[in-house]
Amino acid sequence: MDFITLIQVLDSTVRLATPLLLACLAGLYSERAGIFDIGLEGKMLMAAFFSAAVAAVTGNVWLGLLAGIAASMLLSALHGLASITFRGNQLISGVAINFLAAGLTVLIAQDWFKQGGRTPSLLTEGRFGPLTFPFADSLRDVPIFGPIYSELLSGHSILVYLAFLAVPATWWILYRTRFGLRLRAVGENPAAVDTAGVSVIGLRFAAVAICGLLCGIAGAYLATALQAGFVKDMTAGRGFIALAALIFAKWRPWQAMGACLLFGLLQAVALRFQNIELGSVTIPVQVMDALPYILTVVILAGFVGKAIPPRSGGEPYVKER
Amino acid sequence: MEKMPKWADVVLIPLISLLLAAGLSALVILAIGEDPAAAVKLMVDGALGSSYGWGYTLYYATNFMFTGLAVAVAAHAGLFNIGGEGQAMLGGLGVALICLFIPWPHWTLALLFATLGAGLFGAAWAAIPAYLQAKRGSHIVITTIMFNFIAAAVLNYVLVNVLKPPSSMDPASARFSDTIHLPTLHELLTPLGIAFSKSAPANVSLLVAIAACLAVWLLIWRTPLGFEIRAFGKSEAGARYAGISPVKITIITMMISGALAGMMAINNVMGEAERLVLNATEGAGFIGIAVALMGRNHPFGVFLAAILFGFLYQGGAELALWTNIPRELIVVIQALVILFTGALDNMVRIPLERIFLALRKESN
Repeated sequence: MDFITLIQVLDSTVRLATPLLLACLAGLYSERAGIFDIGLEGKMLMAAFFSAAVAAVTGNVWLGLLAGIAASMLLSALHGLASITFRGNQLISGVAINFLAAGLTVLIAQDWFKQGGRTPSLLTEGRFGPLTFPFADSLRDVPIFGPIYSELLSGHSILVYLAFLAVPATWWILYRTRFGLRLRAVGENPAAVDTAGVSVIGLRFAAVAICGLLCGIAGAYLATALQAGFVKDMTAGRGFIALAALIFAKWRPWQAMGACLLFGLLQAVALRFQNIELGSVTIPVQVMDALPYILTVVILAGFVGKAIPPRSGGEPYVKER
Repeated sequence: MEKMPKWADVVLIPLISLLLAAGLSALVILAIGEDPAAAVKLMVDGALGSSYGWGYTLYYATNFMFTGLAVAVAAHAGLFNIGGEGQAMLGGLGVALICLFIPWPHWTLALLFATLGAGLFGAAWAAIPAYLQAKRGSHIVITTIMFNFIAAAVLNYVLVNVLKPPSSMDPASARFSDTIHLPTLHELLTPLGIAFSKSAPANVSLLVAIAACLAVWLLIWRTPLGFEIRAFGKSEAGARYAGISPVKITIITMMISGALAGMMAINNVMGEAERLVLNATEGAGFIGIAVALMGRNHPFGVFLAAILFGFLYQGGAELALWTNIPRELIVVIQALVILFTGALDNMVRIPLERIFLALRKESN
């Protein structure tokens, strides 16, 4: 494999890791606050559709992004209503949200655009274009550094940079602010937070809202930056890979970035090479597809370091009387 | 003291939830510019108006009975088996291996062993997450989700690289031999003098599914193991104190659950397609969740809910054929049923409990 191929694979790793990273951080806020969310997939899908639909109709990608975020946050509110207000089963609520998104997106797409459950293809102004760094073109021919700067770092859409900036931001919010401390506390011991006079319900709704916001950006990225328009089931399990990455990272932001880049790399390699020949052994493409899930199972089983979820995750909080 | 009578819990709450889901679905149909009443009529005519429609309704219902029972059995032990889809895929693989590589003299023998094979493969696929939950403490919901994806990759690999006949382009196994063709309802009912549509896929595995409903009822309420499963589901600490091994119950319950999900394959793989194709399960494993929630985890409830969802599936296909309403409407209805009967259960339950308490005070 030559250097240019390597750069190209890494470049597509960054692009494929972005939606995973946004969804993974979304899940991180929610789960750190004690609300399990297996509905990341559905929220991304809903956001993907509404961002593409609004961008297609108005021709303005920013309005599309806003619409995607709004749609995703609406589903988040539903998840909050079910799992915080009515103290329902968070996992079942997540399952319902995934199906709701899978069904509604196609239903509405067919009603609005009559193209078999997809949106029209987005033209340039309906998409997030690449941001070119200064001097990217003139530095292209410098050996080693040139391709890294102008291919790998420059030329992504603004949402890619936003996703990677969200990592230090999340770290700072979680570990350096009062809100972050309370958010982590409410996922471990909500009774203590309640005793301190802080609203458990308010904190958890805030976490779920941030989750919706980030999933919305992730979905909008899929439909308006990575691809040009919405197609049925376009998230293709990314919400679950993000969930896997979250466990792999043991619910920590920097490690989440590492896990998402790793899973993005697996996707990029599978996309480019199909079956991989290593000497006499051939690794079939299906192994690459399954690897994120297998790794997660191994990590979760504690064979390579133990992944312990937030202690109160999945349990509705009932105030003592 | 119970807050409300048992019949309200078993009948009234699911019924109200169903009505809420149906009402919202009607709004969705209205919103896309179609007439809900006409849609319902079309669905009823298409799914229940002819023996052809019934044949499809019962075919789907057979799948959902197996996957619904799978979720219900696990739920009795307090476990949420979201991996029915993967277990059913592996069950399909078991059926395909047994049907392709053993020359069975008659379909009855083939059905018996295919059921066992499907159950064994499904049970094995559920046993790993169960073991990891029981011994290593990894959350069963997450592992079973991961195992759905791994199952899809395994099936894809086996179909493309092993089972696909060399001459074929399609990622599917060869056709099973004609001697093990399972009799359809048409072939079963004709000797009894009942005319049933020839082209509908409902087949003898419907009877196996009904037998499975009975067997699960016996298991849960009439055997010591069933008692242990229920005790464990109600209170793990209590069960442990009574000398029930959490590891044993988790693994055995999940294996029964996985076996039930796997057995779905005798209907869709052996009975209908008569070969193993990619995505043979078509999401039936997930519908099992809605069916079990709707049926309140009781085998008879699962039986009724499976027929309801069979009706929705066949009716939805008819809608997609004759109107502008895509098949995905069914996915929305399914989501709403899961939402109202599962996640938003308290939204219906709490006001209802208040009403019953108020009524009781008045009568005292």
